[in-house]
Amino acid sequence: MGKIIDVHDLVRDFGEFTAVNDISFSVARGEIFAFLGPNGAGKTTTIKMLTTLLTPTSGKIRLNDHDPVTEQNKVRRSFGIVFQDPSLDDELTAYENMQFHGMLYRVPSKIRKERIKELLTFVELWDRRDSLVKQFSGGMKRRLEIARGLVHHPKILFLDEPTLGLDPQTRNRIWSYIKDLNQKEKMTVFFTTHYMEEASRVANRIAIIDKGTIIAEGSPKKLKEQTNTSSLEDAFLALTSQAIREESSGSIDHMRMARKMWKR
Amino acid sequence: MSTLSVIYTLWLRQVKRYLRSRARIIGSLGQPLLFLVALGFGFGPIYQRAGGGDYMQFLAPGVIAMGILFTAVFSGIEIIWDRQFGFLKETLVAPVSRFHIMIGRTLGGATVASLQGVIVFMIAIIAGFRPAHYIMLPLALIFVFLIAILFTALGTAIASVLEDMQGFQLTMNFLVMPLFFLSGALFPLDGLPTAMIRVAQIDPLSYGVDGIRGTLVGGAHFGLAVDFLVLSMITALFLALGSYLFSKIQI
Repeated sequence: MGKIIDVHDLVRDFGEFTAVNDISFSVARGEIFAFLGPNGAGKTTTIKMLTTLLTPTSGKIRLNDHDPVTEQNKVRRSFGIVFQDPSLDDELTAYENMQFHGMLYRVPSKIRKERIKELLTFVELWDRRDSLVKQFSGGMKRRLEIARGLVHHPKILFLDEPTLGLDPQTRNRIWSYIKDLNQKEKMTVFFTTHYMEEASRVANRIAIIDKGTIIAEGSPKKLKEQTNTSSLEDAFLALTSQAIREESSGSIDHMRMARKMWKR
Repeated sequence: MSTLSVIYTLWLRQVKRYLRSRARIIGSLGQPLLFLVALGFGFGPIYQRAGGGDYMQFLAPGVIAMGILFTAVFSGIEIIWDRQFGFLKETLVAPVSRFHIMIGRTLGGATVASLQGVIVFMIAIIAGFRPAHYIMLPLALIFVFLIAILFTALGTAIASVLEDMQGFQLTMNFLVMPLFFLSGALFPLDGLPTAMIRVAQIDPLSYGVDGIRGTLVGGAHFGLAVDFLVLSMITALFLALGSYLFSKIQI
Protein backbone atom coordinates (compact mmCIF):
# COMPACT_ATOMS: atom_id res chain seq x y z
CA MET A 1 0.00 0.00 0.00
CA GLY A 2 2.68 2.55 0.96
CA LYS A 3 2.40 5.92 2.62
CA ILE A 4 0.65 8.75 0.85
CA ILE A 5 1.39 11.30 3.56
CA ASP A 6 4.65 11.09 5.44
CA VAL A 7 5.55 13.78 7.96
CA HIS A 8 8.81 13.98 9.91
CA ASP A 9 9.68 16.38 12.75
CA LEU A 10 7.38 19.08 11.43
CA VAL A 11 7.59 22.46 13.18
CA ARG A 12 5.85 25.75 12.53
CA ASP A 13 6.50 28.91 14.55
CA PHE A 14 4.59 32.16 14.42
CA GLY A 15 7.04 34.53 16.08
CA GLU A 16 7.36 33.37 19.68
CA PHE A 17 4.46 30.98 19.43
CA THR A 18 4.99 27.42 18.24
CA ALA A 19 1.76 26.24 16.63
CA VAL A 20 3.08 22.87 15.54
CA ASN A 21 5.87 21.44 17.64
CA ASP A 22 7.85 18.60 16.13
CA ILE A 23 5.18 16.20 14.92
CA SER A 24 5.68 13.02 12.90
CA PHE A 25 2.98 10.81 11.46
CA SER A 26 2.03 9.03 8.29
CA VAL A 27 -1.14 8.08 6.43
CA ALA A 28 -1.39 4.96 4.30
CA ARG A 29 -2.86 4.98 0.80
CA GLY A 30 -6.61 4.37 0.89
CA GLU A 31 -6.91 5.08 4.58
CA ILE A 32 -9.49 7.31 6.30
CA PHE A 33 -7.46 9.28 8.78
CA ALA A 34 -8.88 11.57 11.48
CA PHE A 35 -6.81 14.40 12.88
CA LEU A 36 -8.38 15.48 16.15
CA GLY A 37 -7.62 18.06 18.77
CA PRO A 38 -9.08 20.95 20.77
CA ASN A 39 -9.31 24.45 19.25
CA GLY A 40 -5.93 26.00 18.64
CA ALA A 41 -4.13 22.65 18.84
CA GLY A 42 -2.46 23.08 15.45
CA LYS A 43 -4.80 21.11 13.20
CA THR A 44 -5.45 23.78 10.62
CA THR A 45 -1.82 24.91 10.63
CA THR A 46 -0.78 21.34 9.85
CA ILE A 47 -3.31 21.07 7.02
CA LYS A 48 -2.07 24.36 5.59
CA MET A 49 1.48 23.04 5.54
CA LEU A 50 0.40 19.77 3.92
CA THR A 51 -1.52 21.69 1.26
CA THR A 52 1.25 24.20 0.32
CA LEU A 53 -0.49 27.22 1.85
CA LEU A 54 2.13 27.61 4.55
CA THR A 55 5.84 26.75 4.59
CA PRO A 56 7.11 24.75 7.57
CA THR A 57 9.69 26.29 9.88
CA SER A 58 11.48 22.94 9.80
CA GLY A 59 10.80 19.26 9.16
CA LYS A 60 9.97 17.15 6.15
CA ILE A 61 6.69 16.42 4.39
CA ARG A 62 6.06 13.98 1.54
CA LEU A 63 2.64 14.03 -0.01
CA ASN A 64 1.96 11.53 -2.77
CA ASP A 65 5.78 11.29 -3.03
CA HIS A 66 6.21 15.01 -3.57
CA ASP A 67 7.51 17.82 -1.40
CA PRO A 68 4.95 20.62 -0.77
CA VAL A 69 7.72 23.22 -0.54
CA THR A 70 9.69 22.43 -3.70
CA GLU A 71 7.09 20.67 -5.85
CA GLN A 72 4.02 22.79 -5.12
CA ASN A 73 2.13 22.12 -8.31
CA LYS A 74 2.61 18.36 -8.20
CA VAL A 75 1.37 18.32 -4.63
CA ARG A 76 -1.56 20.58 -5.50
CA ARG A 77 -2.68 18.26 -8.26
CA SER A 78 -2.62 15.35 -5.79
CA PHE A 79 -5.22 16.60 -3.36
CA GLY A 80 -8.69 18.10 -3.13
CA ILE A 81 -9.69 20.16 -0.13
CA VAL A 82 -12.81 21.30 1.67
CA PHE A 83 -11.90 24.25 3.85
CA GLN A 84 -13.28 25.06 7.26
CA ASP A 85 -14.83 28.25 5.89
CA PRO A 86 -16.88 28.10 2.72
CA SER A 87 -14.79 28.91 -0.33
CA LEU A 88 -17.41 28.83 -3.05
CA ASP A 89 -18.25 31.79 -5.22
CA ASP A 90 -21.78 32.73 -4.16
CA GLU A 91 -22.44 34.78 -7.27
CA LEU A 92 -21.80 31.82 -9.57
CA THR A 93 -23.96 28.76 -10.16
CA ALA A 94 -23.10 25.33 -8.83
CA TYR A 95 -22.09 24.25 -12.31
CA GLU A 96 -19.87 27.29 -12.86
CA ASN A 97 -18.07 26.69 -9.57
CA MET A 98 -17.31 23.16 -10.73
CA GLN A 99 -16.34 24.35 -14.19
CA PHE A 100 -13.93 26.98 -12.92
CA HIS A 101 -12.28 24.42 -10.70
CA GLY A 102 -11.85 22.09 -13.66
CA MET A 103 -10.41 24.91 -15.77
CA LEU A 104 -7.92 25.92 -13.10
CA TYR A 105 -6.75 22.33 -12.78
CA ARG A 106 -6.65 22.05 -16.58
CA VAL A 107 -8.99 19.10 -16.80
CA PRO A 108 -9.68 18.65 -20.54
CA SER A 109 -13.11 19.93 -21.51
CA LYS A 110 -14.68 16.60 -22.43
CA ILE A 111 -13.54 14.79 -19.28
CA ARG A 112 -14.48 17.83 -17.25
CA LYS A 113 -18.08 17.79 -18.43
CA GLU A 114 -18.50 14.09 -17.72
CA ARG A 115 -16.82 14.36 -14.35
CA ILE A 116 -18.92 17.35 -13.27
CA LYS A 117 -22.12 15.56 -14.20
CA GLU A 118 -21.03 12.41 -12.40
CA LEU A 119 -20.04 14.28 -9.24
CA LEU A 120 -23.04 16.61 -9.09
CA THR A 121 -25.30 13.61 -9.53
CA PHE A 122 -23.38 11.83 -6.80
CA VAL A 123 -23.95 14.61 -4.24
CA GLU A 124 -27.54 15.00 -5.48
CA LEU A 125 -27.14 18.52 -6.82
CA TRP A 126 -27.39 17.86 -10.56
CA ASP A 127 -30.94 19.22 -10.66
CA ARG A 128 -29.78 22.40 -8.99
CA ARG A 129 -26.71 22.88 -11.17
CA ASP A 130 -27.91 26.18 -12.61
CA SER A 131 -28.90 27.76 -9.31
CA LEU A 132 -26.68 30.43 -7.80
CA VAL A 133 -24.74 29.13 -4.84
CA LYS A 134 -26.03 31.95 -2.63
CA GLN A 135 -29.46 30.30 -2.74
CA PHE A 136 -28.05 27.06 -1.29
CA SER A 137 -28.36 25.90 2.31
CA GLY A 138 -25.26 25.18 4.38
CA GLY A 139 -25.51 21.46 3.72
CA MET A 140 -25.89 21.91 -0.02
CA LYS A 141 -22.84 24.18 -0.09
CA ARG A 142 -20.79 21.57 1.74
CA ARG A 143 -21.86 18.86 -0.67
CA LEU A 144 -20.95 21.09 -3.59
CA GLU A 145 -17.55 21.80 -2.08
CA ILE A 146 -16.86 18.12 -1.70
CA ALA A 147 -17.87 17.49 -5.31
CA ARG A 148 -15.76 20.41 -6.49
CA GLY A 149 -12.68 19.16 -4.67
CA LEU A 150 -12.92 15.92 -6.65
CA VAL A 151 -13.17 17.26 -10.20
CA HIS A 152 -9.47 16.72 -10.90
CA HIS A 153 -9.38 13.13 -9.56
CA PRO A 154 -7.27 13.79 -6.46
CA LYS A 155 -5.54 10.98 -4.61
CA ILE A 156 -6.23 12.58 -1.23
CA LEU A 157 -9.20 14.53 0.03
CA PHE A 158 -8.64 16.95 2.92
CA LEU A 159 -11.69 17.91 4.94
CA ASP A 160 -11.31 20.54 7.65
CA GLU A 161 -14.38 20.20 9.88
CA PRO A 162 -16.66 19.32 6.97
CA THR A 163 -19.76 18.78 9.09
CA LEU A 164 -19.50 21.85 11.32
CA GLY A 165 -22.91 23.44 11.89
CA LEU A 166 -24.89 20.90 9.86
CA ASP A 167 -27.91 18.94 11.02
CA PRO A 168 -27.54 15.21 11.78
CA GLN A 169 -29.26 14.15 8.53
CA THR A 170 -26.87 16.15 6.39
CA ARG A 171 -23.87 15.03 8.42
CA ASN A 172 -24.83 11.45 7.93
CA ARG A 173 -25.23 11.92 4.24
CA ILE A 174 -21.88 13.64 3.88
CA TRP A 175 -20.08 10.82 5.66
CA SER A 176 -21.80 8.25 3.54
CA TYR A 177 -20.55 10.04 0.38
CA ILE A 178 -17.06 10.15 1.78
CA LYS A 179 -16.99 6.48 2.75
CA ASP A 180 -18.35 5.66 -0.68
CA LEU A 181 -15.61 7.63 -2.42
CA ASN A 182 -13.00 6.03 -0.24
CA GLN A 183 -14.17 2.58 -1.27
CA LYS A 184 -14.98 3.21 -4.92
CA GLU A 185 -12.10 5.47 -5.91
CA LYS A 186 -9.60 4.16 -3.33
CA MET A 187 -9.18 7.74 -2.24
CA THR A 188 -7.32 8.61 0.93
CA VAL A 189 -9.31 10.85 3.26
CA PHE A 190 -7.75 13.14 5.85
CA PHE A 191 -10.24 14.98 8.05
CA THR A 192 -10.64 16.98 11.23
CA THR A 193 -13.78 17.22 13.32
CA HIS A 194 -15.03 18.05 16.79
CA TYR A 195 -17.68 15.36 16.65
CA MET A 196 -15.99 12.39 18.27
CA GLU A 197 -18.62 9.83 17.43
CA GLU A 198 -18.22 10.72 13.74
CA ALA A 199 -14.51 10.14 14.00
CA SER A 200 -14.90 6.81 15.75
CA ARG A 201 -17.47 5.66 13.22
CA VAL A 202 -15.67 6.71 10.05
CA ALA A 203 -11.92 6.75 10.68
CA ASN A 204 -9.61 3.75 10.31
CA ARG A 205 -7.00 5.56 12.30
CA ILE A 206 -6.87 8.66 14.50
CA ALA A 207 -4.15 11.03 15.65
CA ILE A 208 -4.82 13.41 18.53
CA ILE A 209 -2.90 16.66 18.59
CA ASP A 210 -2.78 19.02 21.54
CA LYS A 211 -0.69 22.17 22.01
CA GLY A 212 1.16 21.42 18.81
CA THR A 213 2.18 17.88 19.73
CA ILE A 214 0.70 14.52 18.77
CA ILE A 215 -0.23 12.87 22.05
CA ALA A 216 -1.89 9.68 20.85
CA GLU A 217 -2.30 7.72 17.65
CA GLY A 218 -4.11 4.53 16.65
CA SER A 219 -7.44 2.99 15.79
CA PRO A 220 -10.50 4.25 17.72
CA LYS A 221 -10.53 0.93 19.55
CA LYS A 222 -6.90 1.22 20.56
CA LEU A 223 -7.37 4.74 21.89
CA LYS A 224 -10.29 3.61 24.04
CA GLU A 225 -8.32 0.68 25.41
CA GLN A 226 -5.30 2.85 26.06
CA THR A 227 -7.34 5.27 28.17
CA ASN A 228 -9.66 2.65 29.58
CA THR A 229 -12.75 4.51 28.42
CA SER A 230 -15.90 3.43 26.64
CA SER A 231 -16.26 6.18 24.07
CA LEU A 232 -13.84 8.15 21.92
CA GLU A 233 -15.14 11.36 23.47
CA ASP A 234 -14.09 10.17 26.92
CA ALA A 235 -10.78 8.98 25.56
CA PHE A 236 -10.26 12.38 23.93
CA LEU A 237 -11.03 14.22 27.14
CA ALA A 238 -8.80 11.92 29.18
CA LEU A 239 -5.94 12.56 26.80
CA THR A 240 -6.29 16.30 26.30
CA SER A 241 -7.48 17.36 29.78
CA GLN A 242 -10.73 19.19 30.20
CA ALA A 243 -9.67 22.81 30.38
CA ILE A 244 -11.49 24.97 27.85
CA ARG A 245 -9.16 26.33 25.21
CA GLU A 246 -8.78 30.01 24.67
CA GLU A 247 -8.63 30.86 21.04
CA SER A 248 -7.52 34.32 20.14
CA SER A 249 -10.15 36.07 18.10
CA GLY A 250 -8.33 37.30 15.06
CA SER A 251 -9.44 39.37 12.16
CA ILE A 252 -10.89 36.29 10.50
CA ASP A 253 -13.44 35.91 13.27
CA HIS A 254 -14.40 39.55 12.96
CA MET A 255 -14.85 39.11 9.25
CA ARG A 256 -16.92 36.02 9.79
CA MET A 257 -19.23 38.08 11.96
CA ALA A 258 -19.26 41.04 9.64
CA ARG A 259 -20.07 38.78 6.74
CA LYS A 260 -23.02 37.29 8.53
CA MET A 261 -24.34 40.76 9.23
CA TRP A 262 -23.82 41.96 5.68
CA LYS A 263 -25.64 39.00 4.26
CA ARG A 264 -28.80 39.66 6.26
CA MET B 1 -1.87 28.09 -23.93
CA SER B 2 -2.61 26.69 -20.53
CA THR B 3 -1.34 29.90 -18.95
CA LEU B 4 -3.83 31.82 -21.03
CA SER B 5 -6.64 29.51 -20.02
CA VAL B 6 -5.93 30.17 -16.33
CA ILE B 7 -5.89 33.92 -16.89
CA TYR B 8 -9.05 33.60 -18.96
CA THR B 9 -10.78 31.61 -16.18
CA LEU B 10 -10.14 34.32 -13.61
CA TRP B 11 -11.02 37.08 -16.05
CA LEU B 12 -14.28 35.35 -16.90
CA ARG B 13 -15.19 34.98 -13.27
CA GLN B 14 -14.80 38.72 -12.59
CA VAL B 15 -16.82 39.67 -15.65
CA LYS B 16 -19.59 37.15 -14.93
CA ARG B 17 -19.93 38.40 -11.39
CA TYR B 18 -20.21 41.96 -12.62
CA LEU B 19 -22.78 41.29 -15.32
CA ARG B 20 -24.84 39.33 -12.84
CA SER B 21 -25.05 41.99 -10.14
CA ARG B 22 -27.41 44.52 -11.67
CA ALA B 23 -27.78 46.26 -8.31
CA ARG B 24 -24.07 46.94 -8.28
CA ILE B 25 -24.04 48.31 -11.81
CA ILE B 26 -26.95 50.64 -11.20
CA GLY B 27 -25.74 51.59 -7.72
CA SER B 28 -22.32 52.60 -8.95
CA LEU B 29 -23.84 54.85 -11.59
CA GLY B 30 -25.56 57.05 -9.02
CA GLN B 31 -22.43 58.97 -8.13
CA PRO B 32 -21.26 59.86 -11.65
CA LEU B 33 -24.81 60.84 -12.54
CA LEU B 34 -24.99 63.12 -9.51
CA PHE B 35 -21.68 64.75 -10.40
CA LEU B 36 -22.75 65.33 -13.97
CA VAL B 37 -26.08 66.82 -13.01
CA ALA B 38 -25.15 68.80 -9.90
CA LEU B 39 -21.77 70.08 -11.02
CA GLY B 40 -22.35 70.05 -14.77
CA PHE B 41 -25.55 72.02 -14.66
CA GLY B 42 -24.78 73.79 -11.37
CA PHE B 43 -21.43 75.29 -12.35
CA GLY B 44 -22.20 75.47 -16.07
CA PRO B 45 -23.39 79.09 -16.17
CA ILE B 46 -20.60 80.50 -14.01
CA TYR B 47 -17.97 78.55 -15.94
CA GLN B 48 -19.38 79.97 -19.13
CA ARG B 49 -19.31 83.53 -17.76
CA ALA B 50 -15.70 83.08 -16.64
CA GLY B 51 -14.87 82.34 -20.25
CA GLY B 52 -14.21 78.61 -19.86
CA GLY B 53 -16.79 77.53 -22.42
CA ASP B 54 -19.15 74.62 -21.98
CA TYR B 55 -18.51 73.06 -18.56
CA MET B 56 -20.27 69.80 -19.43
CA GLN B 57 -17.73 69.27 -22.21
CA PHE B 58 -14.94 69.79 -19.72
CA LEU B 59 -16.44 67.82 -16.86
CA ALA B 60 -17.67 64.66 -18.61
CA PRO B 61 -14.19 63.13 -19.23
CA GLY B 62 -13.38 63.74 -15.56
CA VAL B 63 -16.53 61.98 -14.41
CA ILE B 64 -15.87 59.07 -16.78
CA ALA B 65 -12.42 58.75 -15.19
CA MET B 66 -14.04 58.85 -11.76
CA GLY B 67 -16.36 55.96 -12.62
CA ILE B 68 -13.39 53.91 -13.75
CA LEU B 69 -11.27 54.84 -10.74
CA PHE B 70 -13.88 53.81 -8.17
CA THR B 71 -14.87 50.57 -9.86
CA ALA B 72 -11.24 49.60 -10.47
CA VAL B 73 -10.03 50.21 -6.92
CA PHE B 74 -13.04 48.40 -5.57
CA SER B 75 -12.46 45.39 -7.84
CA GLY B 76 -8.93 45.15 -6.52
CA ILE B 77 -9.98 45.60 -2.90
CA GLU B 78 -12.55 42.81 -3.21
CA ILE B 79 -9.64 40.43 -2.70
CA ILE B 80 -9.94 41.11 1.02
CA TRP B 81 -13.42 39.58 0.92
CA ASP B 82 -12.37 36.73 -1.28
CA ARG B 83 -9.32 36.06 0.75
CA GLN B 84 -11.07 34.48 3.70
CA PHE B 85 -14.35 33.38 2.20
CA GLY B 86 -14.33 33.19 -1.50
CA PHE B 87 -12.74 31.87 -4.53
CA LEU B 88 -9.26 33.09 -3.61
CA LYS B 89 -8.42 30.28 -1.19
CA GLU B 90 -9.66 27.84 -3.76
CA THR B 91 -7.39 29.37 -6.40
CA LEU B 92 -4.37 29.49 -4.12
CA VAL B 93 -4.34 25.71 -3.67
CA ALA B 94 -4.81 25.14 -7.41
CA PRO B 95 -1.74 24.20 -9.46
CA VAL B 96 -1.36 27.66 -10.99
CA SER B 97 1.06 30.46 -10.26
CA ARG B 98 0.00 33.38 -8.15
CA PHE B 99 1.25 35.74 -10.80
CA HIS B 100 -1.24 34.35 -13.31
CA ILE B 101 -4.03 34.55 -10.75
CA MET B 102 -3.22 38.18 -10.11
CA ILE B 103 -3.01 39.04 -13.82
CA GLY B 104 -6.30 37.28 -14.59
CA ARG B 105 -8.12 38.98 -11.76
CA THR B 106 -6.68 42.37 -12.60
CA LEU B 107 -7.61 42.11 -16.27
CA GLY B 108 -11.11 41.03 -15.23
CA GLY B 109 -11.45 43.94 -12.80
CA ALA B 110 -10.08 46.32 -15.45
CA THR B 111 -12.58 45.05 -18.01
CA VAL B 112 -15.40 45.64 -15.56
CA ALA B 113 -14.11 49.14 -14.74
CA SER B 114 -13.82 49.94 -18.45
CA LEU B 115 -17.39 48.82 -19.05
CA GLN B 116 -18.40 51.11 -16.24
CA GLY B 117 -16.52 53.94 -17.95
CA VAL B 118 -18.38 53.27 -21.19
CA ILE B 119 -21.73 53.35 -19.39
CA VAL B 120 -20.84 56.68 -17.75
CA PHE B 121 -19.86 57.95 -21.20
CA MET B 122 -23.32 57.10 -22.48
CA ILE B 123 -24.96 58.81 -19.52
CA ALA B 124 -22.84 61.87 -20.24
CA ILE B 125 -24.13 61.85 -23.81
CA ILE B 126 -27.67 61.89 -22.47
CA ALA B 127 -26.72 64.78 -20.16
CA GLY B 128 -25.62 66.79 -23.17
CA PHE B 129 -21.94 65.88 -23.61
CA ARG B 130 -20.80 65.83 -27.26
CA PRO B 131 -17.36 64.43 -28.14
CA ALA B 132 -15.60 66.68 -30.63
CA HIS B 133 -14.20 63.81 -32.70
CA TYR B 134 -15.99 60.48 -32.69
CA ILE B 135 -13.07 59.12 -34.69
CA MET B 136 -10.94 59.44 -31.55
CA LEU B 137 -13.16 57.08 -29.53
CA PRO B 138 -10.87 54.04 -29.94
CA LEU B 139 -7.95 56.11 -28.68
CA ALA B 140 -10.02 57.23 -25.71
CA LEU B 141 -10.76 53.57 -25.02
CA ILE B 142 -7.05 52.87 -24.75
CA PHE B 143 -6.78 55.50 -22.03
CA VAL B 144 -9.87 54.10 -20.36
CA PHE B 145 -8.37 50.61 -20.24
CA LEU B 146 -4.99 51.88 -19.09
CA ILE B 147 -6.36 53.67 -16.04
CA ALA B 148 -8.63 50.70 -15.35
CA ILE B 149 -5.63 48.35 -15.15
CA LEU B 150 -3.59 50.87 -13.22
CA PHE B 151 -6.14 51.32 -10.45
CA THR B 152 -7.23 47.68 -10.26
CA ALA B 153 -3.57 46.78 -9.74
CA LEU B 154 -3.34 49.49 -7.07
CA GLY B 155 -6.44 48.07 -5.35
CA THR B 156 -4.91 44.60 -5.48
CA ALA B 157 -1.70 45.89 -3.93
CA ILE B 158 -3.62 47.59 -1.13
CA ALA B 159 -5.88 44.58 -0.52
CA SER B 160 -2.84 42.32 -0.28
CA VAL B 161 -1.54 44.17 2.74
CA LEU B 162 -4.83 45.01 4.49
CA GLU B 163 -6.03 42.49 7.05
CA ASP B 164 -9.74 43.26 6.87
CA MET B 165 -12.33 45.68 5.56
CA GLN B 166 -11.57 48.17 8.36
CA GLY B 167 -8.89 49.69 6.18
CA PHE B 168 -11.26 50.12 3.28
CA GLN B 169 -12.75 53.39 4.50
CA LEU B 170 -9.26 54.70 5.14
CA THR B 171 -8.27 53.87 1.58
CA MET B 172 -11.35 55.54 0.15
CA ASN B 173 -10.97 58.77 2.13
CA PHE B 174 -7.23 59.21 2.12
CA LEU B 175 -6.33 57.76 -1.24
CA VAL B 176 -9.16 57.40 -3.71
CA MET B 177 -10.99 60.65 -2.96
CA PRO B 178 -7.81 62.80 -3.11
CA LEU B 179 -6.75 61.00 -6.28
CA PHE B 180 -10.01 62.06 -7.85
CA PHE B 181 -10.45 65.58 -6.50
CA LEU B 182 -6.86 66.69 -7.12
CA SER B 183 -6.58 65.23 -10.61
CA GLY B 184 -8.02 68.04 -12.67
CA ALA B 185 -11.17 66.05 -13.27
CA LEU B 186 -13.33 68.93 -12.05
CA PHE B 187 -11.27 72.04 -12.86
CA PRO B 188 -8.64 73.13 -15.40
CA LEU B 189 -5.05 72.78 -14.20
CA ASP B 190 -3.94 76.01 -15.90
CA GLY B 191 -3.29 78.91 -13.57
CA LEU B 192 -3.55 76.95 -10.32
CA PRO B 193 -1.28 77.66 -7.33
CA THR B 194 2.05 75.89 -7.80
CA ALA B 195 1.47 73.49 -4.92
CA MET B 196 -1.79 72.29 -6.48
CA ILE B 197 -0.11 71.80 -9.84
CA ARG B 198 2.66 69.75 -8.25
CA VAL B 199 0.11 67.53 -6.56
CA ALA B 200 -1.78 67.08 -9.81
CA GLN B 201 1.46 66.17 -11.52
CA ILE B 202 2.14 63.26 -9.21
CA ASP B 203 -1.48 62.06 -9.32
CA PRO B 204 -1.68 59.32 -11.98
CA LEU B 205 -5.36 60.00 -12.54
CA SER B 206 -4.48 63.48 -13.85
CA TYR B 207 -2.90 61.86 -16.88
CA GLY B 208 -5.87 59.55 -17.33
CA VAL B 209 -8.36 62.41 -17.19
CA ASP B 210 -6.12 64.42 -19.49
CA GLY B 211 -5.85 61.55 -21.96
CA ILE B 212 -9.60 60.99 -22.12
CA ARG B 213 -10.28 64.72 -22.33
CA GLY B 214 -7.60 65.21 -24.97
CA THR B 215 -8.99 62.46 -27.18
CA LEU B 216 -12.67 63.26 -26.74
CA VAL B 217 -12.78 67.07 -26.70
CA GLY B 218 -9.20 68.19 -27.33
CA GLY B 219 -7.03 70.59 -25.34
CA ALA B 220 -4.87 68.17 -23.37
CA HIS B 221 -2.89 69.83 -20.57
CA PHE B 222 0.13 67.51 -20.58
CA GLY B 223 -0.25 66.29 -24.18
CA LEU B 224 -1.46 62.84 -25.25
CA ALA B 225 2.02 61.38 -25.73
CA VAL B 226 3.05 62.34 -22.20
CA ASP B 227 -0.25 61.03 -20.83
CA PHE B 228 0.23 57.71 -22.54
CA LEU B 229 3.85 57.33 -21.51
CA VAL B 230 3.31 58.24 -17.86
CA LEU B 231 0.23 56.02 -17.56
CA SER B 232 1.98 53.04 -19.14
CA MET B 233 4.93 53.37 -16.83
CA ILE B 234 2.85 53.70 -13.67
CA THR B 235 0.62 50.81 -14.78
CA ALA B 236 3.67 48.58 -15.23
CA LEU B 237 4.95 49.66 -11.83
CA PHE B 238 1.65 48.99 -10.04
CA LEU B 239 1.27 45.64 -11.78
CA ALA B 240 4.71 44.64 -10.55
CA LEU B 241 3.97 45.92 -7.04
CA GLY B 242 0.53 44.29 -6.99
CA SER B 243 1.80 40.90 -8.08
CA TYR B 244 4.68 41.05 -5.63
CA LEU B 245 2.40 41.85 -2.68
CA PHE B 246 -0.21 39.36 -3.88
CA SER B 247 2.43 36.62 -3.98
CA LYS B 248 3.13 37.35 -0.31
CA ILE B 249 -0.46 36.86 0.88
CA GLN B 250 -0.70 34.32 3.66
CA ILE B 251 -4.03 32.64 4.17
